[in-house]
Amino acid sequence: MTELSNRTKRPLLEVDHLHTSFHTFDGVVKAVNDVSFAMNTRETLGIVGESGSGKSVTALSIMRLLKSPPARIEKGRILFDSIDLLEISMSRMRDIRGNRISMIFQEPMTSLNPLFSVGNQMSEMFVRHQGLTRREAWNRSVEMLEKVQIPSPGKRAREFPHHMSGGMRQRVMIAMALACDPEILIADEPTTALDVTIQAQVVDLMMKLRKDYGAAILMITHDLGVIAEIARRVIVMYAGQVVEEADVISIFEEPRHPYTRSLLKSIPKLGDASTHGRKRLQEIKGIVPSLADLPAGCHFYPRCPHADPICRQGEIALEEPAVGHRVRCIRHAGL
Amino acid sequence: MFAFIIRRILQFIPTVIGISFIMFVLLNVLPGSAALMTGGKEILSPEIVKKLEKKWGLDKPFHVRYLNYMVGLAKGDLGTSFIRGDKVRDIIGNRLWPTLKLAVAALAIACFIGIPLGFYSAVKQGTWVDTVTMVGAVSGVSMPQFWSALLLMYLFSVVLRWLPTFGYGNGDLKNLILPAVTLGIGYMALLARTTRAAVVEVLSQDYIRTAHAKGLSVLFINGKHVFRNTMVLILTTIGMQFGSLMGETVVVETVFSWPGIGSLMVDSIFLRDTPVTQGCIMLIIFVFMSVNLSVDILYSVVDPRIRYD
Repeated sequence: MTELSNRTKRPLLEVDHLHTSFHTFDGVVKAVNDVSFAMNTRETLGIVGESGSGKSVTALSIMRLLKSPPARIEKGRILFDSIDLLEISMSRMRDIRGNRISMIFQEPMTSLNPLFSVGNQMSEMFVRHQGLTRREAWNRSVEMLEKVQIPSPGKRAREFPHHMSGGMRQRVMIAMALACDPEILIADEPTTALDVTIQAQVVDLMMKLRKDYGAAILMITHDLGVIAEIARRVIVMYAGQVVEEADVISIFEEPRHPYTRSLLKSIPKLGDASTHGRKRLQEIKGIVPSLADLPAGCHFYPRCPHADPICRQGEIALEEPAVGHRVRCIRHAGL
Repeated sequence: MFAFIIRRILQFIPTVIGISFIMFVLLNVLPGSAALMTGGKEILSPEIVKKLEKKWGLDKPFHVRYLNYMVGLAKGDLGTSFIRGDKVRDIIGNRLWPTLKLAVAALAIACFIGIPLGFYSAVKQGTWVDTVTMVGAVSGVSMPQFWSALLLMYLFSVVLRWLPTFGYGNGDLKNLILPAVTLGIGYMALLARTTRAAVVEVLSQDYIRTAHAKGLSVLFINGKHVFRNTMVLILTTIGMQFGSLMGETVVVETVFSWPGIGSLMVDSIFLRDTPVTQGCIMLIIFVFMSVNLSVDILYSVVDPRIRYD
């Protein structure tokens, strides 16, 4: 199947006009609003955005891990290797989860069951997807721990999550996610909860493993530094929509959407203070709009430095001013 | 671990001293005396009453009696019954087995029905199964035992004539059913509710989402990951309840004329046979403390994060 999709040049994963909402007592919260993107085999795609921009919900929609109700995938298709993940039965989905698409989460401290040893929890993957015996599965788990550079893996496998630090647990999560050699690894803010030195180690580890395993990585983060390091192509999300998509160099060198520009300006730079004296860090004025009550037209309008009355007239389409560079702003050309 | 158990057992001592003091004071302010009760309907002459009180040491001041009792207790001597003249230890010994049988049967009913019911309704959260179970659980908790005992008796013994109305029989199972169900219903309901709350909490945990992301089946996740974590949360309830179950046998044993500790205690209170009353209370406290200790030890078995040293 994979060979076929390569030959026909179909992307490995295609998210097509995805709409995901949460039906709450306060109304319908449109967390993901018409998101489309594609991902090729072995590619690393980054999704950046603030909290509440819909990036995690997009990932959870792909995995079909959202609790329904309240969540509901209203429209759209998610094509993985020509299979529409939204159409197949839950049991088929469970065969894909962890096996062909796996996911790691933001909270390494709580993502592992505290009552079972790390080796036990890793073994489940091999028993479930590869039909190994417990003993074989255990041995494979120890090997995986070694691959993610955990010292004395044989001993560590018998330990429980509370014996390990956050960085160590995230390594365990990565090892577990890669256990069945998946085609896609979705990493939902894998470094956010870790301290800075550990963050760098985890990113380095992921880059190394990407080479060894050849999994496509969907890296979700709000950390532009991580994106710059690991991603080839970047999607910027804002209030449930894709506002800009380009290769990583274009995003950093010539961002077209006012939101992306503001985002880049709000990164503190070490040189600034010394050369220009005291310089205030740029911020993006205002707050992310409530997803239950989105402004008409451009969602970024209330906070945009270049806002114009015409920005409020109707939905803004995603345009493609340069090949592979998409932007959702009607005024991008004049900025 | 061993040191922990020893330490905990040593902690029993101050608890026993404190409770025995309160118990002694309360039984002391109770009007009437065993000497007056021995005559039954006849009114005994003051001389005889005086003689009996002297014989039982009731003429001595409060603190002396308390000290004597505590010294006896330290030697493992619970005293002698006023009315029967037998050793309290022997009397209780004969009554212990029926009560334990009743309490364990009730707890088994509560666990084997209550926990699966609570689990199921948590998994089926918000469906009619859940609603019906929880309404049933609330009714079960609210029903007084003497009332549900009478209802069950009426239905199964009087109308259907399936089970004996009361009594111990020769320890037959059919005699055990009604009292055990009566005693167990409330705990079953309580346990169902506690389990449901625990499962709902566990289901919202990140590690359950991880388990789903791994592609494990719902049955496997519930049976392994959810169940084990739920046990940690409901173990306390089970343990605490077993202790109070022992205390609550009083009502059920009285209604069903069950020859256990509970009915013995009630009888001895009416007869002012204080050594027996004290013995029963001491026993219940001892069971309560032992069960709590066992629960604490069980914790370290179920939850690797808990280590006693």
